[in-house]
Amino acid sequence: MLDKKGIAKRIAQEINDGWYVNLGIGIPTLIANYVPDDMNVVFQSENGILGMGPFPFEGEEDADLINAGKQTITAMPGASIFDSATSFAMIRGQHIQLTVLGAMEVAENGDIANWKIPGRMVKGMGGAMDLVASADNIIVAMMHTNKRGQSKLLKRCSLPLTGVKCVKKIVTNMAVLDITDEGFKLIERAPGVSVEEIQNATEGKLIVEGDIPEMKIPD
Amino acid sequence: MNKVVANAKAAIEGIESGMTLMLGGFGLCGIPENCISALVEKEVNNLICISNNAGVDDFGLGLLLQKRQIKKMISSYVGENDEFERQMLSGELEVDLIPQGSLAARCYAAGAGIPAFFTPAGYGTEVGEGKEVRYFNGKPHLLEAALNADFAIVKAWKGDRFGNLVFKGTARNFNPAMAMAGTITIAEVEELVEPGELDPNFIHTPGIFVQRIFQGKDYEKRIEQKTVRSQS
Repeated sequence: MLDKKGIAKRIAQEINDGWYVNLGIGIPTLIANYVPDDMNVVFQSENGILGMGPFPFEGEEDADLINAGKQTITAMPGASIFDSATSFAMIRGQHIQLTVLGAMEVAENGDIANWKIPGRMVKGMGGAMDLVASADNIIVAMMHTNKRGQSKLLKRCSLPLTGVKCVKKIVTNMAVLDITDEGFKLIERAPGVSVEEIQNATEGKLIVEGDIPEMKIPD
Repeated sequence: MNKVVANAKAAIEGIESGMTLMLGGFGLCGIPENCISALVEKEVNNLICISNNAGVDDFGLGLLLQKRQIKKMISSYVGENDEFERQMLSGELEVDLIPQGSLAARCYAAGAGIPAFFTPAGYGTEVGEGKEVRYFNGKPHLLEAALNADFAIVKAWKGDRFGNLVFKGTARNFNPAMAMAGTITIAEVEELVEPGELDPNFIHTPGIFVQRIFQGKDYEKRIEQKTVRSQS
């Protein structure tokens, strides 16, 4: 079973040199820490920066330089800054090669729910609906089950949707899965997790073909 | 040409209760602090405010919420504010949540003379309920209308007497698109300079979109989430 860092390390392996990548809040944010130093990957934050760098050192934080999570950040050499309309033109126009975001639920057809729980305070969708509706390549980073132990990989989402038929791949603490026309196709198992355990934790249709290899996670 | 007004109080002249205002900023970054304070003092109410966020309890648009001056918020994300939550749950405050990219595009569209446009964001969700759907290249899109405002209020780093604006860092965010969308656009700037001092090659918002400009003061520029790394 992976922890959140493990999920981030596994997703980092999906990123190619030269890609522009948008990382959501939570587990996805951690991914930036695990991209190899010899790769040029440019991180977009949808409030208006390409080339987001690490957090600043104490005393060097700038109120005018934040990410979409409203955290203070730095800008990498070669960064560019733009307005919100231009930022979402990059997203809607499919100029971003990879979008990684968290989810409360994903359905076997690629539907995703991650913005609203009826009866609880609704905070809003932020940029999530724009991202999932437009991105070509969407990976969801999440735990396989919720805090009550219930599967988050469902036949159909029970929560209000953020987008329809848009998720391509899911990396959880238990498995890597692709969304196919037939359902969740199991690609890899987390270290020490059996196919049976993944099956038991997956409510939607799970497709298992042949031997399922274990993920290789660097230390 | 001189668009300069003396201060925030003079800049918001003509804003009346019940009007629709656009306010730039993302979180607390790049918000028009001086004009928000002046609106609190002016005690206008029943405002419809279009802004990506709604401030925090004691800063930004939270100051207008505290005084119950806002009737309706049109935003994409509003999570950081207890008073907002209380007013929303009690029904005192109307809230229209819309996708962030659609919000930016709807402001831009208003300023650019585009009455409506199609976007894929929100199709198949509750955002799409009641909206016209059309397929382009086999993919469903929603018809979204431009968002106009009686006044747009933006905050820039530098500006000149002609209303040309330059923003700093990610404080740019919604400010340029909203500046285009206001029937009257007010810009408050940290540094007001003479025409010619700003390099025309590096103007972010051309002055044509700005009707009033003033030198702001006492900027707090509060940081919402201070995150730092260790020196090691």
